[in-house]
Amino acid sequence: MDEMIYVAMTGAKQTEYAQTINSNNLANVNTTGFRADLHAFSSIPVDGPGVETRVNAVVESYGTDFAQAPVANTGRALDFAIRGDGFIAVQAPDGTEAYTRRGDLREHPGGLLTTGAGHLVMGDGGPVALPPYARMMIGEDGTISIQALDQGPETQSIVDRIKLVNPDITRLQKGEDGLFRLPDGEAAPADSSVKITSGSLEQSNVNVAKTLVNMIELARQYEMQVNVIKTSQENADAASQIMRLG
Amino acid sequence: MNQGLWVAKTGLDAQQTRMAVVSNNLANVNTTGFKQDRAVFEDLLYQNYRQAGANTSQDTILPSGMNLGTGVRIVATEKIFTQGSVLQTGNTYDVAINGRGFFEILRPSGDSAYTRDGTFRVNDQGELVTSAGFLVQPGITVPDAVESVTIAPDGTVTAKQAGQSSPTQIGSLQIIDFINPAGLQPIGDNLFLETAASGSPQPGTPTQNGLGALNQGALESSNVNVVAELVNMIETQRAYEMNSKAISTNDQMMQYINNNL
Repeated sequence: MDEMIYVAMTGAKQTEYAQTINSNNLANVNTTGFRADLHAFSSIPVDGPGVETRVNAVVESYGTDFAQAPVANTGRALDFAIRGDGFIAVQAPDGTEAYTRRGDLREHPGGLLTTGAGHLVMGDGGPVALPPYARMMIGEDGTISIQALDQGPETQSIVDRIKLVNPDITRLQKGEDGLFRLPDGEAAPADSSVKITSGSLEQSNVNVAKTLVNMIELARQYEMQVNVIKTSQENADAASQIMRLG
Repeated sequence: MNQGLWVAKTGLDAQQTRMAVVSNNLANVNTTGFKQDRAVFEDLLYQNYRQAGANTSQDTILPSGMNLGTGVRIVATEKIFTQGSVLQTGNTYDVAINGRGFFEILRPSGDSAYTRDGTFRVNDQGELVTSAGFLVQPGITVPDAVESVTIAPDGTVTAKQAGQSSPTQIGSLQIIDFINPAGLQPIGDNLFLETAASGSPQPGTPTQNGLGALNQGALESSNVNVVAELVNMIETQRAYEMNSKAISTNDQMMQYINNNL
């Protein structure tokens, strides 16, 4: 049997995967702090005897688009957005340190702060916990200051500082929970040059126009792969016609 | 089957839920003491098809893997407890809280609920009740033949009766604080219930320990920002359209293979 049909089938299947990555970006067009996934095709030659004429196209999630997304003002004291490069350190469910861009914080009854996705926010030494307060503010460098319940506005006390990091983005990998991690459980050091704006949220950085164009391109690419399958079927038909001489 | 279809479907679901949240906010734009909701989006689990960094030989590793995201979901709708603007009404029994805190209301079932809606009235027994007729806690009874009732910013309620030269104190209003007001469960009728996430109710005197001050003759209006909600609505609608486009594209891909093979 001709291998052409398998090469085309692999191409069609892999294009479906790429379309899934693309659809996932579109589905997350409103997810706070979401970073779009990039995809790329790579050529994997088919091993075996004979001339190397068959090359499979295999899709890879090529990494993540770390471009800055638009920032929307919300006015909520527990919302903040990172200006420029940098990440917020959070504790992943497995206890390791991971990084995210979403700064929609929530406070739990014990005073622990989590992101909107439910991950504990890291401070100077472990997860941030707030004492009861009348007012709280997150400063430009992540410093959390509060006005305690029995104090006037003239007495502000610093509680903790949200751990902001700026690791090398080429080494960051997105995990299955959508959080970013450094390889081998390495923890990035806190970086005081990362600045935030409180009362705002960074939106998803999915480029809608680009994603829609990608979607069309992938759909057409898929049709081409299907056409190759069809052509190889016609070839096989023609071959069996010839055999049926007379 | 084609996974992209289901990923786009999660997008449609989430946008539809967000539209319901936005519509509810807009519908409550004039509700006294209403706090706007916000839909919180979260990306679903990624499926790892090929692990980045896996060895392709003794000395070489895969520079990038393949992770397929499975879509999006709304993980929570949370109340945003920013202050609504305080409107002067001039009604004696209208009370707004300017700052943190809730009024405690006794429901007919006997348990407590909490509200920011201070549209109080006096029932036939002279007791202070909400507009639904539920008793305000701690109970305050206004005596007969009262000329005027004054509610001070710290909650002290005084009444001046006909024939008396000076007003007498008839009770004081408390307000209740929660560590995490966003964790309260809204049950409609402008009422909230305590949950494990909100923490336990902490009664206090208004204006003290960081609690808000009471404003007699005023009501707190809804904190819904109409312009922001309309922008949210446009954004939601367009995102919905894009996700339905993704579904139809995935559908066309399958249609093409069905028709041509």
